Amino acid sequence: MLLYKAIVFLPLIGAIIAGLFGRAIGAKASEYVTTGLMMVVAVLSWIVFINVGFGAHGEGEGMIKVDVLRWIQSGGIDVAWSLRIDTLTAVMLVVVNSVSCLVHLYSIGYMHTDPHRPRFFSYLSLFTFAMLMLVTSDNLLQMFFGWEGVGLASYLLIGFWFKKPSATAAAMKAFIVNRVGDFGFVLGISGVFVLFGSINFDTIFSAAATYVPAEGAANASDVVINLFGMQLDKAHALTAVCLLLFMGAMGKSAQFLLHTWLPDAMEGPTPVSALIHAATMVTAGVFLVARMSPIFEHSHDALTVVTLIGAITAFFAATVGLVQNDIKRVIAYSTCSQLGYMFVSLGVGAYGAAVFHLFTHAFFKALLFLGAGSVIHAMHHEQDMRFMGGLRSKIPVTFWTMVIGTLAITGVGIPGTEFGFAGFLSKDAIIESAFASELPVARFAFWLLVIAALFTSFYSWRLIFLTFFGHTRADHHTFDHAHESPKVMLLPLFILSAGAILAGMVFYGYFVGEEQAEFWRGALFYGPENHILEEAHHVPFIVKASPFIVMVIGFLLAWYMYIKSPSTPKVLATQHRALYNFLLNKWYFDELYDLLFVRSAKALGRFFWKKGDVGFIDAYGPNGVAARVVDVTNRMVRLQSGYLYHYAFAMLVGIAALVTWMMLGSSF
Amino acid sequence: MTDWPILSTVTFLPLVGVVLLLLMREDGANGRRNILNISLLTTVATFLLSLLIWYGFDSSNPGFQMVEEHAWLGTGIGYRVGVDGISMLFVILSTFLMPFCVLASWNSIEHRLKEYMIAFLILEVLMVGVFVSLDIVLFYVFFEAGLIPMFIIIGVWGGKDRVYASYKFFLYTLLGSVLMLLAIMAMYWDAGTTDITKLLAHDFPAHMQTWLWLAFFASFAVKMPMWPVHTWLPDAHVQAPTAGSVILAGILLKLGGYGLLRFSLPMFPLASDFFAPMVFALSVIAIIYTSLVAMMQEDIKKLIAYSSVAHMGYVTMGIFAANQQGVQGAIFQMISHGFVSGALFLCVGVIYDRTHTREIAAYGGLVNNMPKYALAFMVFTMANVGLPGTSGFIGEFLTLVGAFRANTFVALFAATGVILSAAYALWLYRRVVFGALEKESLKSLLDLSAREKLVLYPLIAATIFFGVYPAPIFDATAASVDQLVNHYAAAVEAAHKVAALVN
Repeated sequence: MLLYKAIVFLPLIGAIIAGLFGRAIGAKASEYVTTGLMMVVAVLSWIVFINVGFGAHGEGEGMIKVDVLRWIQSGGIDVAWSLRIDTLTAVMLVVVNSVSCLVHLYSIGYMHTDPHRPRFFSYLSLFTFAMLMLVTSDNLLQMFFGWEGVGLASYLLIGFWFKKPSATAAAMKAFIVNRVGDFGFVLGISGVFVLFGSINFDTIFSAAATYVPAEGAANASDVVINLFGMQLDKAHALTAVCLLLFMGAMGKSAQFLLHTWLPDAMEGPTPVSALIHAATMVTAGVFLVARMSPIFEHSHDALTVVTLIGAITAFFAATVGLVQNDIKRVIAYSTCSQLGYMFVSLGVGAYGAAVFHLFTHAFFKALLFLGAGSVIHAMHHEQDMRFMGGLRSKIPVTFWTMVIGTLAITGVGIPGTEFGFAGFLSKDAIIESAFASELPVARFAFWLLVIAALFTSFYSWRLIFLTFFGHTRADHHTFDHAHESPKVMLLPLFILSAGAILAGMVFYGYFVGEEQAEFWRGALFYGPENHILEEAHHVPFIVKASPFIVMVIGFLLAWYMYIKSPSTPKVLATQHRALYNFLLNKWYFDELYDLLFVRSAKALGRFFWKKGDVGFIDAYGPNGVAARVVDVTNRMVRLQSGYLYHYAFAMLVGIAALVTWMMLGSSF
Repeated sequence: MTDWPILSTVTFLPLVGVVLLLLMREDGANGRRNILNISLLTTVATFLLSLLIWYGFDSSNPGFQMVEEHAWLGTGIGYRVGVDGISMLFVILSTFLMPFCVLASWNSIEHRLKEYMIAFLILEVLMVGVFVSLDIVLFYVFFEAGLIPMFIIIGVWGGKDRVYASYKFFLYTLLGSVLMLLAIMAMYWDAGTTDITKLLAHDFPAHMQTWLWLAFFASFAVKMPMWPVHTWLPDAHVQAPTAGSVILAGILLKLGGYGLLRFSLPMFPLASDFFAPMVFALSVIAIIYTSLVAMMQEDIKKLIAYSSVAHMGYVTMGIFAANQQGVQGAIFQMISHGFVSGALFLCVGVIYDRTHTREIAAYGGLVNNMPKYALAFMVFTMANVGLPGTSGFIGEFLTLVGAFRANTFVALFAATGVILSAAYALWLYRRVVFGALEKESLKSLLDLSAREKLVLYPLIAATIFFGVYPAPIFDATAASVDQLVNHYAAAVEAAHKVAALVN
């Protein structure tokens, strides 16, 4: 039991030490304390992962619960701080703590000239703690605590360089856009409480099955809730609740419509982008849906929406990623797109494949970000790829690790076998599931995912070619001084590279393959008719090969445009100026939202203030009364002294008269 | 312990301080120091003593405890005091905040310090008196008398438009009070007693409930304040000295919510049920409208004042949801808002004392030379936003759940407050604290002094403690709230049955 508490709370202790006593113990000590604790935690979580995922278990021993403290008890709401450890949690523990540990280590090198290192490491550890609370929660409310906690840490870390106005603006934007999702999440939690009478997972999950509309049941269409004016029966109520919860997931995982904060979040230091905005926090939405699979599984409508949003995000983000020039923004859009893949997988019911992709993605995306950080470090904080190029010989280690990351994300492997880089196994599992699914939108999603895979390959290789190949476009000074990063930054790259190569092949069988039932042991819920993982194995070979084919096409296109004939992109951009600008400006979402929400809210606020409060309420209320009083006193100046107590006295006389009238009136 | 009149002792203990202060001279070598020390000592002693109330409180008993009763005006009107789960914590909150007010006024009050402190101590007596009163006339006396010291504090020690602000404050609140007095008379007429415990058991006729409810509501709505009678609050806050704002936001605003819980809901359940949709509408308007207005404010104190109105919207919404979550959430929200908004005003006071301006535009980049201040302000900002793990979250969440049970539309609109509060609070924080330190006037500012740390750090601790472990508050309130809610539901159901029979 202590083991689990240690995993969750050691990062918090680290955060407190570095945050409150960082000045006293110095930057070096803060770094070592937080990083050291994270290493311990990372090792412990692998132990837990192996125990929970692969250990011998009796019947019904799939889940461990650890109570920590009472929290809220009010009427039917009874939630406690507690830790729930099952396979899904164990997978997340490994992902979060491994990446966090490596990012801590990497940051020692990356941030070594920053004067605020204790604060930085404190925030990193605080983030890890909040994320751990999220993944170990046993009820929706503790999950929401972690959910908002990671939001806070993300806010603090994006705005870490608080002197940059763009950074603080991005931090604020991230928090507020996430809050839009939370708006749905909170209502979803309320809805779950009203439907199930509890927000603890065990109660919800065991009751969820009764919400399946049984054939011919008499009470199937009884109204159980009146939601926003709609009279909903059980099945529809479940759908509504799922959709509200999914809104929260959309915010945190930067899905289409609520994605605008993620690219801006790149204002934060690069290790932050790797940890929070690639590997862990943004996958919280995927985790939420996977955790709530026992209720999502019963609502085909909700799953349809999840699939649709995921597919659109995967496609949309990939198109924007094609033309971005900032090295971090390309990877950010790539993250957004990959999250879309995960949601499609959840939507078609292949929960295991979604979590598998989450798992492998954490390794190769963290690798790409940390690699990008290493490039930025080498180039003295230049992030624009138009001023890079030719760095292959200058920073060979970074180059090769980033190539490994690219091979992983584009999905290089041998079609039809289980041999390939991490992304090959997980992404192809998703695409195959999308093809095999019987959801009405699944085929549409399948095509979008295949096209997105083409784009993924193109922009990933474009990034590599622009950064590392050709002649340098940087100024001489920067290029000459470009240097390989220190070992403390390279070591995490090596470890993540190993993950990017092996994670897929080693764990394929457990997450989605033969042993998946034994591995998950009920942590992910599949309905009796859901055989999607099985069916995905038996799709036609051409479907299995399709991601590979488009991957090769994408690579060749990128090679042609950036190595063979570097003038082509410019020509294309001028020929299709409108399309190019549309993509470059991210489909103009920021401008649209600014107009729709930011400006209109400000205008409305000013209107309510100047016209409502001052112009109406005050003018006709107190000021109006006061003005009338002045008018009257001017006329009857002898009767009125202007002293407040005289008015009060007059009012009392009035009341006395009124009371007298009432008493007499009532007695007649 | 049972014989010892602890409630009266706590209530009137500050008067001892008042007497001592009257004997003091403000001029002279140690005059200021002595006055401050006496005031601090009195308020701290009162607070510590009030903890005994909490300690001795039996949380399994839903009724009134530690009751004292003496004849007072003949004719049935008596001196009756007692606490139950609803009022007890407000007593503690009042005594808890007073020492902070004294500390916040340590240097900032330059003239008439003695009278200032006397006003505060008397205010404390009156506020605690409101919460412990078990006689409706006694309640009314305390409730109304509380206006006077506050009026004086704003009018004498306030900012440059203090006279306008204090009159506005007085006019609004007096309007409500007059109607309440009428209602009290009518209640005495009908029930023949002014004893709150007996009134709670009395069934007022349905048609009378409507009028009584409206009369009480007029008074409490102004105090809350609810939209559209809220415009006195921003002006009063802006003009009041820091400690005045703390008391105003921390305690005086809670009188309205307390009144609704003590009188409107249990005594006039049918009228409450009837008017609940109206209250929901006003609450939702308060949340959305004032949040938007708050966002556009240029004065820090006004912004926080408007955000208080929005937060009180959650309280009224929770109360009239009339279920456990709603009512407990409302109580929790009031307690939490008491120290969180108090702390926010203290935070404003810290920088106001240094620069003498409340203009948001005059600040920027404070984190550079005031990191400790930035941390404290961040914690309270997050509590204001309702971040889980701070006390601000729990009340907000429970009232939302309560509202969701009562009417999902209300919850839907109220939940937009989740977004809007983040917008105005973080925007404020960004403009004041973040950024490069470029303004000359700010470059020499020093970080928190020892006194300021003493003020803010305990409040940080309270904010986080009750966010993580709110159980003490829920334990204390649960029994009384259960009784209130069950009684309410039974009364409403009975009335519906009668109505069904008649038809």
